[in-house]
Amino acid sequence: MDKNFAARRRRDLIIAAVLAALAALAPLFVKDVYVQNILILTLMYAALSQSWNVLSGYCGQISLGHALYFGIGAYTTELLFTKFGVLPWFGMLGGGVIAALIAMGLGYPFFRLRGHYFVIATIVIAEIGLLLFQNWEWAGAAMGITIPVRGDSWLKFQFMRSKLPYFYFALVLCCLAWFVTWWLEDSKWGFWWRAVKDNPEAAESLGVVVFNSKMGAAAVSAFLVAIGGAFYAQFLAYIDPESVMGFQFSLLMALPAVLGGIGTLWGPVLGAAILIPMTELTRSYIGGSGRGVDLIVYGTLIVLISLALPQGLVSLFSRAKSKGATR
Amino acid sequence: MTALLETRGVWQRFGGLVANSDVSISVGRGEIVGLIGPNGAGKSTLFNLIAGVLPPTQGSIWFDGEDVTKMPAAERCQRGVGRTFQVVKSFETMTVIDNVIVGALVRNTVMREARRKAHEVLEFTGLAARADVLASDLVPAEKRRLEVARALATEPKLLLLDEVLTGLTPTEAQTGVALVRKVRDAGITVLMVEHVMEIVMPLVDRAIVLDLGKVLVEGKPTEVVRDPKVISAYLGDRHAVGA
Repeated sequence: MDKNFAARRRRDLIIAAVLAALAALAPLFVKDVYVQNILILTLMYAALSQSWNVLSGYCGQISLGHALYFGIGAYTTELLFTKFGVLPWFGMLGGGVIAALIAMGLGYPFFRLRGHYFVIATIVIAEIGLLLFQNWEWAGAAMGITIPVRGDSWLKFQFMRSKLPYFYFALVLCCLAWFVTWWLEDSKWGFWWRAVKDNPEAAESLGVVVFNSKMGAAAVSAFLVAIGGAFYAQFLAYIDPESVMGFQFSLLMALPAVLGGIGTLWGPVLGAAILIPMTELTRSYIGGSGRGVDLIVYGTLIVLISLALPQGLVSLFSRAKSKGATR
Repeated sequence: MTALLETRGVWQRFGGLVANSDVSISVGRGEIVGLIGPNGAGKSTLFNLIAGVLPPTQGSIWFDGEDVTKMPAAERCQRGVGRTFQVVKSFETMTVIDNVIVGALVRNTVMREARRKAHEVLEFTGLAARADVLASDLVPAEKRRLEVARALATEPKLLLLDEVLTGLTPTEAQTGVALVRKVRDAGITVLMVEHVMEIVMPLVDRAIVLDLGKVLVEGKPTEVVRDPKVISAYLGDRHAVGA
């Protein structure tokens, strides 16, 4: 049994390495900038969803307000860069730390809420964050911040001629988020989170400090999402509140995980690989005002998935496997 | 040597309802003590007070020579109080072994050791064959057993069993009784709440009978069952006359 378990962990790691290697080779074949763009976004959302999954999937605290941490990552990086000349790499880490601290600060009152009330609180807080930034003059208010781009530079993490550096960064971020999840899955924290999700009272009786477990999950989750936000800001070279903190980001972090399999290691990656290209394609086929249409598309998908495969698409794989395993 | 567990003048009020009034009990090391009484006697409340689900309105609780009255449940578990739940609370989306690992992590921070400990406990409780099954797929008797296994994995000094033998078939109950004996023989003190008298009485060293939130009688099981006060509490005054 233990051997099976260790083998499964190793197999996951190998599959991930192979997929990452294949993804790294993709630019050799994909020269089209538009398609590259879709790949970058797919990798980014896979990373974001993977991070969201830590708090909402593993620990069971469903957040629909993660756009807040995404925006905080973006704003911290760009404010530090444009106002104080701090390199984005440091801004990125700073944004991650600030987001993690805010997540814990918010967790302090909100982790006492249960179920739907917690979800509602996360939505409200993210909307408040959005409003604050829309009115914060020093941070550019609704006008946003334009990042001065002066040629290609790894130091300043900005590139004009090619999107490939962004692609590789998104790939690394995706691998990082996946690896963190993989590592946490077989750790004390991973077990505590799943226990908290399934039954907090029983968890408490087994020595799990439920509140601290949630705080830990929130911090890890917010930190990684903020790194994603910092990346996105650099990628766009322009941010305003709506374009980095809008509600759609909260949705786009949750949906791939839900589609692929919430609280699973592969769910977010699988979900993002399907959902994001589809969203982008429908948007471009249907035209500029397609924002509503892509929402309809993934709304429909989610309904179908929750009716037919409540455990998400990964359950297709595990189902086949468990059939094979039962001799 | 002091008792492992002691409650001193414990009161618990819920609004106007007094669930426990001035309850002082003690449990010695290595004992199996049965906490019995009719429905509504305050057994479960006392049990939850000891496990640390809520602090008592008044009075104090001592465990292993330490005042734990205000200590939350998780910390009491770390000190050596393990418990099961009357209504089973398995981690349904996790496998049996993973359920037990959660408990084992209290004393084993290295995953490999926690896993080994969990396998040991599954072996001990007779669940080894079910290790990789989802907890939600277990039959009720197995879920009860899993509750015990999880609590044992925390390596408790005191194991609190909340009606683990209730609602089982006679055969299942017998296996349960054997398991409780085995737990005690492993050096763990047991305090068990039950209201099925005929199962508990042969098993326990001492019985404490609660009625209307108070300790009614306490003593050897053979004496307790013959006590007129106990008979009247369970069956009404009329039946106590002949005893």
